[in-house]
Amino acid sequence: MSVAAPWDAERAREIIAAHLGLEGPALPILHALQHEFGHVPEAAVPQLAEALNISRAEMHGVVTFYHDFKREPRGRHVLKICRAESCQSMGAEKMARDFLARLKLDWGETTPDGALTVEAIYCLGLCSHSPSAMYDEEPIGRVDGARLDEIAEEAKSA
Amino acid sequence: MTKIYIPRDMAALAMGAKRVLAAVQKEIAARGLDVEIVRNGSRGMLWLEPLVEVETPAGRVGYGPVKPSDVASLFEAGFLTGGAHPLSIGKVEAHPYFARQRRVTFQRCGVIDPVSFAEYTAHGGYKGLDRAFSIGPEATVAEIAASGLRGRGGAGFPTGIKWKTVADCPAGKKYVVVNADEGDSGTFADRMIMEGDPLSLIEGMTICAFAIGADKGYIYLRAEYPIAAEIIEEALIAARAAGALGKNVRGSNLSFDIELRMGAGAYVCGEETSLLESLEGKRGIVRAKPPLPAHVGLFGKPTVVNNVLSMATAPMILADGGAAYHALGMDRSRGTIPLQIAGNVKYAGLCEVPFGLKLGEIVNDIGGGTLSGRPVRAVQVGGPLGAYVPVSLFDTPFDYEAYTKVDSLIGHGGLVVFDDTVDMSWMARFGMEFCAIESCGKCTPCRIGSTRGVETIDKIRAGENVAANIELLKDLCQTMKLGSLCALGGFAPYPVESALRHFPEDFHKPALEAAAE
Repeated sequence: MSVAAPWDAERAREIIAAHLGLEGPALPILHALQHEFGHVPEAAVPQLAEALNISRAEMHGVVTFYHDFKREPRGRHVLKICRAESCQSMGAEKMARDFLARLKLDWGETTPDGALTVEAIYCLGLCSHSPSAMYDEEPIGRVDGARLDEIAEEAKSA
Repeated sequence: MTKIYIPRDMAALAMGAKRVLAAVQKEIAARGLDVEIVRNGSRGMLWLEPLVEVETPAGRVGYGPVKPSDVASLFEAGFLTGGAHPLSIGKVEAHPYFARQRRVTFQRCGVIDPVSFAEYTAHGGYKGLDRAFSIGPEATVAEIAASGLRGRGGAGFPTGIKWKTVADCPAGKKYVVVNADEGDSGTFADRMIMEGDPLSLIEGMTICAFAIGADKGYIYLRAEYPIAAEIIEEALIAARAAGALGKNVRGSNLSFDIELRMGAGAYVCGEETSLLESLEGKRGIVRAKPPLPAHVGLFGKPTVVNNVLSMATAPMILADGGAAYHALGMDRSRGTIPLQIAGNVKYAGLCEVPFGLKLGEIVNDIGGGTLSGRPVRAVQVGGPLGAYVPVSLFDTPFDYEAYTKVDSLIGHGGLVVFDDTVDMSWMARFGMEFCAIESCGKCTPCRIGSTRGVETIDKIRAGENVAANIELLKDLCQTMKLGSLCALGGFAPYPVESALRHFPEDFHKPALEAAAE
């Protein structure tokens, strides 16, 4: 996973400016900010509101509407486990619940060492290989408890 | 030179295609062979992924599912000339799963290199657009209308009428938008086309642009599909380089280009008006209709919003004529439907067939029954907003109207199979929970109703006033169905009501257990 850069207002300004020529640039900018900083920092919201000529409240509404835009930094690695129906038909719900219990985490939380954030996702389109998951950029089909534990171990040292 | 095909489809990657590729490359280098590796899409026989194919004079021979540790033995067995091996499935197109299909939308998927413009045109690509250019915009819309094609996103609205509505709007700025926010569990057909034959989508959009008079197109793709994004971007570059996008498309007067936009994890953005809001950079809040997007769409301009499959089918319809497509299917469901068979099923995959197959045939004959080997109990058809269909309705033909008759919907053609260990009151609760998580919040029945639904089902599951709470839940479902602004709140009751109707015993469990004590 790419390492998140620390907040830099000047860099944020550049990212915003680079996208202003697009029609409806808000989502592409938010994706680019999150890519750079690992999340969408609070400080970016007023900057973005000004650039797009909308109110801060409206901008706040956009950022918080979408599940993928994170307000806080996440762990060094992110594991997304599918909770949708197809994966449930193959026992994903229990698999995920047991895994979270072993890590003493709830959905969306990060291990205390900052290594791994575990998130719920609703369908990766890998329903032919349920249960499925995504570890950083890597899709995983037919995942099971043992593989999840391996990932949690792997995340610690990488 | 021998050609080996190793898919770059996300499902193949999720099953280790990258490591298989590395192992194959290593063997080739070690043996000093002269072999070309093509990264194709998936054939849709997903339980065989990664499916490695080799081109032989007799046709393409497949081997799967291949693990990196199998690769050396494949070379030993002479797989480069189609040699026998325990993983061999023989000629791919002769495989029974494949042979029974009627591939129209997916005719090139898994066959060609998805980003090779030359291969796309060598396999019939751009015949559709060229014919559209020769017959003109009005006749192009007429062909789509004559085909009987209905929107494959789920609503089943006739595509030809949609195109005609936008074409009839006064000339000016218009948009072509593709809804690639394929969020329904159990569906992956859009993903497979975008990863396996993205140029068919690009050509379809270009045909639409020509027919309605648009110069700009957007593909709104869900963020959960990063591999599709990568492949579409490559395909757009290939199309531009070949003069099939940009100014004077293929030497015509048409100027048209396409931009890929990523969603951000909101299921409701698969609803077309919410999608348009999101493209405009706003919260994905559903718009009230009318006005229809065809009249007042993206940035207030007339807009065609079509599902990936609908748009990717347009090239074939133009190339072969609307009548050829209309000849397939049944009643008012014309053409083919790419079925996606998923969940607890032995032969999970994509199977494109004419409309009309019975559900039992799909699940048992094609899908091979459950993967767990236990009896099938329920099949959710049409995604998270679709009904749970019991085995007693397995003779229902796959057709828009036939499913409506049994209070169900075919949606985007996804089927999720459950065995007899499923707890249907839990699945009903999950349906409401999902709706609560994903509701855009604009209308009350969906925003509040879904949360009240979860609470009521929790009470039922705890054995609290079961009969009264079931009545309350049914009443709530009616309110959501009739009072919600869009299909999210309006269809979320389908899984709940169908679970109640067909599996009532799962809602009385605590009471039964209490009585037994």
